[in-house]
Amino acid sequence: MAEESPGTKVAAETAGGDACPDAGQPLLRIEGVAKTFGTFRAVDGVSLDIKAGEFFALLGPSGCGKTTLLRMLAGFEAPDEGRILLGGKDIALALPHERPINMMFQNYALFPHLSVRDNIAFGLKRAGMARAEIATRVSEMVALVKLEGLEKRKPDQLSGGQRQRVALARALARRPKLLLLDEPLAALDKKLRESTQGELMELQRRLGMTFIIVTHDQEEAMTMADRIGVMKSGKLAQVAPPRELYEAPHSRWIAEFVGDINLFDGETKLRDGHRLVIGTRDAGALVVAEPREGVGSGKLAVAIRPEKVKLSRRGPVTEAGRETAINILDGVIADICYLGGTTTYKVKLDTGGMLQASVANSARLDIDAYSLNQHVVAWFTPDDCVVLQS
Amino acid sequence: MSSRRIFARPARFAAIAPYVWMVLFFLVPFGFVLKISLSQTAIAQPPYEPVFDLTAGWDALKAAFAALSVDNFKLLGSDDIYVFAYVRSLNVAVTATTLLLLIGYPIAYGMARLPKRWQGIAMVLVIVPFWTSFLIRIYAWINILQHDGLLNQVLLALHLVSQPVVWLSTDTAMYIGIVYSYLPFMILPLYATLAKMEPALEEAASDLGAPPWQVFWLVTFPLSLPGVGAGVLLCFIPIVGEFVIPDLLAGSNSLMIGQTLWLEFFTNKDWPVASAAAIVLLVVLLVPLLLYERLQKRQLEQGR
Repeated sequence: MAEESPGTKVAAETAGGDACPDAGQPLLRIEGVAKTFGTFRAVDGVSLDIKAGEFFALLGPSGCGKTTLLRMLAGFEAPDEGRILLGGKDIALALPHERPINMMFQNYALFPHLSVRDNIAFGLKRAGMARAEIATRVSEMVALVKLEGLEKRKPDQLSGGQRQRVALARALARRPKLLLLDEPLAALDKKLRESTQGELMELQRRLGMTFIIVTHDQEEAMTMADRIGVMKSGKLAQVAPPRELYEAPHSRWIAEFVGDINLFDGETKLRDGHRLVIGTRDAGALVVAEPREGVGSGKLAVAIRPEKVKLSRRGPVTEAGRETAINILDGVIADICYLGGTTTYKVKLDTGGMLQASVANSARLDIDAYSLNQHVVAWFTPDDCVVLQS
Repeated sequence: MSSRRIFARPARFAAIAPYVWMVLFFLVPFGFVLKISLSQTAIAQPPYEPVFDLTAGWDALKAAFAALSVDNFKLLGSDDIYVFAYVRSLNVAVTATTLLLLIGYPIAYGMARLPKRWQGIAMVLVIVPFWTSFLIRIYAWINILQHDGLLNQVLLALHLVSQPVVWLSTDTAMYIGIVYSYLPFMILPLYATLAKMEPALEEAASDLGAPPWQVFWLVTFPLSLPGVGAGVLLCFIPIVGEFVIPDLLAGSNSLMIGQTLWLEFFTNKDWPVASAAAIVLLVVLLVPLLLYERLQKRQLEQGR
């Protein structure tokens, strides 16, 4: 379990109104939270700080506990252990209607008997807001999510995309300190999902709100979030910005879960300054950069992302290339997967293993494209490799 | 095209079948009752006249039609007994249905919130009493409610009363009997709507700041209205015409229309007046039915 930079000790004072908490003090602090259903430990000791204005994504396979964690933040489940501090105040046992947190539900959970206007106004009325103020806020929200003219419609008279917007407007209307989004885009088709991702990010930045999104779609998490928490079996496996998560995964599991990766198991053979030589079964000896935290003596795995692998017919061509491209492997093209922007080649290495290489299709007419069974040379630099404890 | 042909006929038949059923077993008998209600009582077999005799020729049939009159309906309006019986029936039905809703709703709500595997068991428990004859169950209530019955024994043993309470032949006993007998008809449609309601809707309401009682009144209850409508009608309509329960459990000083009908039919052998009373009852019951149908249509237009 990884924890992000420890925040300063939280004062017992609640941050008043909509004002941002002091810099350094997290808006939300989750401390050793656990939840067990029967004998199943759905959330197993999660600690996490979330800063005000952050766009945070909880990512993980289904059943990893991310939704349970979100439901505990919303108040639909009470944690068995741990504390949930919002602006310094423990809300772990507060009821949902007592929390300044709103949630956008996976299937939107719009009230079918209420119009778009009344759905959005629902939370405002509960807050005892004045009639005129409610009307102003509702039209503000309707404009924000571009639903003008549909105020009187019932949810079943709307398209999926429009329903999603109503759900968002309803959750934002109360200007919550924290907005929880449970798979908010899962029900949309791909094109709409991509444009909505952009709109959500834009909105979050404009409103300066804190968003926590739960998703199983890593591209979605990568695109939108400032930081991603990857969950596995109820625990946070790694919390990092998207780039760090992708380029410096903490574990073999993370490396395989996020994106595609080539993994070669082996053991340290030689140590030369900052370079390690790792003997692998499938790819021979590979030279890698020694990780800052060092490596243990046990079994290791060398991980290399497919797009870091270069291919050519005769190996690295430039002088510079010759110096840095220390790992050079010969092989034969075994499989070609054309994806439009890129092509993924599977190279059967002479050493026995299989290596995936992703090549950008930078030219429309490529007479040099590789064909099946063609002999190729694959190479990559030591810095492109990540060494993982097996 | 050919496959369409094959399916066309059974499909059309399936659409017609309910109408055939309704005409044969509802409309035709209704015609008989209507005819009898327009006849006059007579000491004869059958005990009314005129009787249509289709073999007697056109003129005789015309004469029979001419002899029909609405006197029986006038009688219903002029004699207080009938008006009182209708008013009492509606009164009892409204009270009993309200009680049923107040008792049935919490039970249905509780059932719908049980873990899935318990819901089936709860359902069986609701239905199980139906496996015993209705009449036997009402007689069992007589046993429980009588002077030295179970209820009085318990009350005496607990020192809640010093003397046996008179339960039988009171309205209280009748309401106990009606509520007991009709409770499943209220619970089942309510349970059906509550069980299929998305739990996220209630969560969304509380997430948006509604305390539990508001969640219920603003979301759960409005969304369960189709079930409430079905349950209310399933109870209200038969209770208006209820005969057995008031006859066995209530006192004899004020009668419901079902009992009046029985008296006219079997004791007074006045079939025409009994038929007229039945037709008025039908018209009275048609009003809530049509209302319900309009409600349902409106819901259909809004989409479930």
